[in-house]
Amino acid sequence: MTRSSKRYLLGAMAAISVAGIFAPAMAAWEPTRPVEFIIPAGTGGGADQMARTIQGIVTKHNLMKQPMVVINKSGGAGGEGFLDVKASKGNPHKIIITLSNLFTTPMATGIPFNWKDLTPVAMLALDEFVLWVNAEKPYKSVKDFVDAAKAANGTFKMSGTGSKQEDQIITEAIQKSTGAKFIYIPERGGGAVAVQLVGNHVDSTVNNPIEAVAHWRGGKLKPLCVFDSKKLDYKEKIAGDLSWNSIPTCKSQGLNTEYLMLRGIFMSPGATKEQVDYYIALFRKVRETPEWKKLMEDGAFNTTFMTGDAYVKWVATEEKRHEELMKAAGFMAK
Amino acid sequence: MEELSNLFHGFAVVLQPFNIMVMVVGILLGVIIGVLPGLGGANGVAILLPLTFSMSPTSAIIMLSCIYWGALFGGAITSVLFNIPGEPWSVATTFDGYPMAQQGKAGEALTAAFTSSFVGALFAVIMITLVAPLVAKFALEFGPAEKFGVYFLAFCSFVGMSKEPPAKTVASMMIGFALGAVGLDQMTGQLRLTFGVTELLTGFDFLIAVIGLFGIGEILLTMEEGLSFKGRAAVINLRVVIQTWKELPRYWMTSLRSCLIGCWMGVTPAGATPASFMSYGIAKRMSKRGNNFGNGEIEGVVAPETAAHAAGTSALLPMLALGVPGSPTAAVLLGGLLIWGLQPGPMLFIEQKDFVWGLIASMYLGNVVGLIIVLTCVPLFAAILRIPFSIIAPIILVLCAIGAYSVHNSTFDVVMMMVFGVAGYLLKKCGYPLAPLVLAIVLGDKAEESFRQSLLASQGSLGIFWSNGLVGTIMALGLIALFWPLIQAGLSRLRSIAPA
Repeated sequence: MTRSSKRYLLGAMAAISVAGIFAPAMAAWEPTRPVEFIIPAGTGGGADQMARTIQGIVTKHNLMKQPMVVINKSGGAGGEGFLDVKASKGNPHKIIITLSNLFTTPMATGIPFNWKDLTPVAMLALDEFVLWVNAEKPYKSVKDFVDAAKAANGTFKMSGTGSKQEDQIITEAIQKSTGAKFIYIPERGGGAVAVQLVGNHVDSTVNNPIEAVAHWRGGKLKPLCVFDSKKLDYKEKIAGDLSWNSIPTCKSQGLNTEYLMLRGIFMSPGATKEQVDYYIALFRKVRETPEWKKLMEDGAFNTTFMTGDAYVKWVATEEKRHEELMKAAGFMAK
Repeated sequence: MEELSNLFHGFAVVLQPFNIMVMVVGILLGVIIGVLPGLGGANGVAILLPLTFSMSPTSAIIMLSCIYWGALFGGAITSVLFNIPGEPWSVATTFDGYPMAQQGKAGEALTAAFTSSFVGALFAVIMITLVAPLVAKFALEFGPAEKFGVYFLAFCSFVGMSKEPPAKTVASMMIGFALGAVGLDQMTGQLRLTFGVTELLTGFDFLIAVIGLFGIGEILLTMEEGLSFKGRAAVINLRVVIQTWKELPRYWMTSLRSCLIGCWMGVTPAGATPASFMSYGIAKRMSKRGNNFGNGEIEGVVAPETAAHAAGTSALLPMLALGVPGSPTAAVLLGGLLIWGLQPGPMLFIEQKDFVWGLIASMYLGNVVGLIIVLTCVPLFAAILRIPFSIIAPIILVLCAIGAYSVHNSTFDVVMMMVFGVAGYLLKKCGYPLAPLVLAIVLGDKAEESFRQSLLASQGSLGIFWSNGLVGTIMALGLIALFWPLIQAGLSRLRSIAPA
């Protein structure tokens, strides 16, 4: 009862705020046919899980009159999905969830795409990165880990998702910060990366929390530090007495690297303000549901929500940062 | 015996009327999905996933896994009837299944395919029931080098088995490797062989190549040969099922071997496709009638179908126990698990007993229900061949086009399918075997990836492929398979010399 009235209130508030910006006579835009939700990544990954959860929430709570159809377009490190949305100018029934490949794919491959080709809608959350090692290893702290990596003399192995994408960028940043050298081994998905670490085929990973949490609970992996400026908020016990909140930040451990990955929504170019506002209101409603809160908790996400100019500004800053990181690592397409 | 009591508890969960209904609906949907080329099990499960959010997790996973079983069964139907594999793992089924249909033995081929699928799945489920934790540990042993070993073995057991000259087989395989290399290079994150054409960004999808090479190519060939399907004499009554069953126990050895290959490939996780190819290749080597493989040998249907289904089923094990999907469909199911709030991984078996054992029990029942449904439909499927070619050909063409489109929702793929169709026709006319080409497209980039990952880890030393007992054994098996004809010739010469 309270929940539904709260949702009603929120919906009403959103409606009032939309109405306040526009002339009251103007009818709010609504989708008139099924909305395609593009995922520029394969099935089973973090973006896929989030998009499918959103689809489930929208369907279950009847948040949209038209159905939402989820489509994976993962080819060319997501380039397929981005180019598809870019080519759908003026079609307001197409939205896309992004990860860092929004920046890295065009930079590394030189495909004709930039995020400015799309219409920004909203930031849904930021995904965290954690430094993981096999639980059998004796390292108790980042310092032990770095010492071991240095002692291995360039044979220490780091596995991650894809090549010249976020995981490898973080690896580069760790190398720069510590002076240790890693062999970077790309895998296709975060789940496979975590299993390679469980099987001791590599020495470390920078998996997102949701990709490795099952192995942490199962006592196979242990986290050393989180690549954020502050500790994670989630205090529920996961492995023994430890919670996400017990993981120190990498910075406090002398590893001066921070990285957060955008989980945001963009839509096709040429969208009107009413269309963007419709989707913003939709995602505000999604964020209020218990299913979304559960996903955020399971994946220990940073739940920052941004829209409008603040979002555009954030994306522009991130693009610049990625350009610097990619240039420094020599990952830019020639 | 804790497993057994858990299992019976699982049966109790599954036997609720609602769950049985969900099961039958799932199987029927799955068969339809399997029959339509392009709309694979993974797509089907992904499309239907949202439908299940309102169900309990156990009912939902029963429905989705039954769609998966249905698709595994259904994939064989079009392979046998029209030489069009509905799913990647049914390519090997076409090699002998389609010739059988042409000889009027479509009913036998379908019965053999369905029954073998069932046997394979049953074997895998029993394995999951009894030794799940052990097997999960075995899967962890597989790093890049071991994975490459498995792909190497798959290629080796396939080379030299074709009746075409080896040079043509190798040429065909090389074309496959080249096509497989187009698109994003996973290891460097750079595009290659796209020549600036953005449509080629995604590379050549295996399904499009198969639909074109086999489906369209076959229609072109049939048109040339006088517009008639040869399968008209197919017997269409249920007696054919019984007759085929009488014949099948003779191939128990092939079945057992294929079950083992399938379970191994499913768990490691290489998947159902290499399992079916490898199993077909080895059955051809080992069988007394190996020379007749490709001309409609029932054993050539039994081997790949058993292995594909065993692999498809056991692929769910690493997903549940480790959170690593053994197949694309398993990957989508994994997404589903997370949405239902279940965390796959070692703790799932301990914390979510109801769910895990409900799923395992549904594997037993789902496959029994699936077998009954598809077997009763055998006459119906075989009857399709009685429809005149001039009516069925346009329908197949349209289905192929829809299938190709639905892979990536792109019209470019439909054009590519036609190009592959013409290429398939020309290659067949010139006597180049298509199977090695297909095998190389499917496994080429994966093999390359594991090869390069291994070399990265070993800093360029090939020694990594012999660095432990497991990978060494797999590589040695591969080499034996590759040189088997030579070894065999050598042995028989030794034997003929010895008595003298």
